Amino acid sequence: MNGLLLLIPVALGLGLVGLFAFFWSLKSGQFDDLDGAGMRILIDDEDEAA
Amino acid sequence: MNARTPTHALSDMPETVFSVPGMRCAGCISKLETGLAGVGGIAAARVNFTAKRVRVSHLPETTLPELVGAFEKLGFEAQPMGDALTTGDANDTGDLLKAFAVAGFAAMNIMLLSVSVWSGADGGTRDMFHWLSALIALPTIAYSGRPFFKSAWAALKNKRTNMDVPISIGVTLATALSLFETATHGEHAYFDGAVMLLFFLLAGRWLDSVMRDRARDGVTALLRNTAPGALVLDEQGASQWLPASEILPGMTMIVAAGERLAADGIVASGQSQFDLSLLTGESAPVSVVPGTLVHAGTLNLSAPLQITVSAVGHDTAIADIARLMEEASQSKSRYVRIADRAARLYAPAVHTLAFLSFVGWMLAGAGWHHSLLIAVAVLIITCPCALGLAVPAAQIVVSGALMRAGVLVKDGSALERLAEADRVLLDKTGTLTLGRPDPRNLDTLTTDQKAVALALARHSRHPLSQALRLKLEAEGIAAADVSGIAEAPGSGLSGIWQGKSVSLGRPATSDADGLLTTALSLDGQSAVTVIFSDALRPDAKDAVDALAALGLPGSIMTGDSPAATTPVSQALGLTAQTAMLPADKLETIRRLTADGQKVLMIGDGLNDGPALAAGHVSMAPASASDAGQNAADAVFLGDSLLPIVKAVRAARATQRVVKQNFAMAIGYNVIAVPLAIMGLVTPLIAAAAMSGSSIIVVANALRLRGAAK
Repeated sequence: MNGLLLLIPVALGLGLVGLFAFFWSLKSGQFDDLDGAGMRILIDDEDEAA
Repeated sequence: MNARTPTHALSDMPETVFSVPGMRCAGCISKLETGLAGVGGIAAARVNFTAKRVRVSHLPETTLPELVGAFEKLGFEAQPMGDALTTGDANDTGDLLKAFAVAGFAAMNIMLLSVSVWSGADGGTRDMFHWLSALIALPTIAYSGRPFFKSAWAALKNKRTNMDVPISIGVTLATALSLFETATHGEHAYFDGAVMLLFFLLAGRWLDSVMRDRARDGVTALLRNTAPGALVLDEQGASQWLPASEILPGMTMIVAAGERLAADGIVASGQSQFDLSLLTGESAPVSVVPGTLVHAGTLNLSAPLQITVSAVGHDTAIADIARLMEEASQSKSRYVRIADRAARLYAPAVHTLAFLSFVGWMLAGAGWHHSLLIAVAVLIITCPCALGLAVPAAQIVVSGALMRAGVLVKDGSALERLAEADRVLLDKTGTLTLGRPDPRNLDTLTTDQKAVALALARHSRHPLSQALRLKLEAEGIAAADVSGIAEAPGSGLSGIWQGKSVSLGRPATSDADGLLTTALSLDGQSAVTVIFSDALRPDAKDAVDALAALGLPGSIMTGDSPAATTPVSQALGLTAQTAMLPADKLETIRRLTADGQKVLMIGDGLNDGPALAAGHVSMAPASASDAGQNAADAVFLGDSLLPIVKAVRAARATQRVVKQNFAMAIGYNVIAVPLAIMGLVTPLIAAAAMSGSSIIVVANALRLRGAAK
């Protein structure tokens, strides 16, 4: 029973963290351009290194 | 992320969104973002690759043509997008996704607690788990349930019912009863069932919304904001570029060759030819002289003109057609989707069943508490989970398949209506034909003639010259060395070749009525005539025949002359009505609809807009006018007409799968409902049945992935 008192809030808390992380990423536009995000990895940024 | 990201300090600058259909690779992203920034008043550019859009922050004084010019220098064609197109209901999808995420989180955590209860927790532990479940479930249902509650309330207020009414009643009753059970240390709580029900249903709603967004993005990327504005002459004689919304009657517009008009007007000076095909469906260009009335949306072909604006915005001829369209589209909004039709039968049946179970157990002396528990179990077990998921899952799988095959379907109801169509009406210019002239008799020309023709044709933006140039260049002809080339608006091009005067232009005698011709002369006297015709789309015959075989006999409705229509109707073996005004097309469709026929309208022009809006279902080619694409339920890409046939087949396959899904959902109820009425259903059985039926329905829908092949 004591274990439950600790584990249940932890389980719920972790779930909530995940939920808010998802909301945050949604709000900051990370899901707006999924194809583009994949493409941007391939862009060289040599000219901006300086 | 490597590419430059604009900082938020730029947010006070005006932003314009451009559609750039030409971006295809990672290189394009960096080329656009780094290439645009810093050029001519542009502070920053941000590419959205998925939507093929670029958001540009620029100085307030930078005009649209300058911005488009900056894109052109980088080698991209850019179209500014109107505000009406960029806003819209994109937030709907976001809200549904949030509700879906919350329901998913809650369903998982409540299930965690419920499994503990089912595996034997009792007494104080069970009560605590039930209270915890309630703590998670109540806010979740209040938040995630809103889309259903709102829609159910709206339906009830209008004394109608839809799928959301049984859902809302089921969820609310189950939650209230579970809360009571929890407070009275009861054995069973249905929080998991209620939340899981919302989770599965939101999945369906969200898929439906994603599908609409995706198609809308695809279509807006194609839309060419035909005439965003014009160069206007002010009192001092200086010219200034004004957006279409700021042009007033009485102003003088300078319209270059190849430009579309932003407003209706009267030609003040200059002579030219106009392409009216978007407005009337006529394929031959029309000559204009000072005094001629010209309409917004038409294309100036050959020479610059000054035009006095006579009407703008809502007073233009285009706006009249838009009003016809709006009126015509009202019949379409009355269409009831298959899921709602099912709900009309389903909701009363479910409610009667639950009520009868309650009454039955009361009469049997079970007590109101036990009877109510059973009634709620019946409501939950008959939850339209599978029904709510059956239709959107099938439709989104098919719309994805169709998108890969080159058809953008705007929403699910379009697929349902497409499957029902039993008649097809086709526009001619731009729909059955490519909508661009194609030289027919080039093989009768000598090599010298071809070389001179190419040299002359290269100097004009006239569509016939352009068509000639494209065809000759494709044949690999080298242009002759022609000097002193001049273009006389309305009559043609002339120049000097090997000491002789050569010309390409309007034939002296235009005997062939309804045929597009141009005369080529190498010595100033005798001339050869090049005949142009608007070529049929490839596979037009195959597509028309395949549609007829599918039970959709076709006929042609066109605004063009009988002479220009006959070759097309003969080649395809179709009957044709000619010289029709937009209102005539609309009237024909209304008559057929009144006869009980379900018309698939296929058209492209502005003149087809009302007919496209009135048809039971409608499709437009990607080359269509903005109005045509907006009015159509689906847009097909490319030159071929075969995607129409694929779309009809896929729509029918979807209806089959949807009906199978309905049958499965009913079959499952036939087995599960008696168990619920007998009082044998525990929350565990309800949860298993609910997720089981949902998974089966989704799996069945996935079979449609290859439906558009």
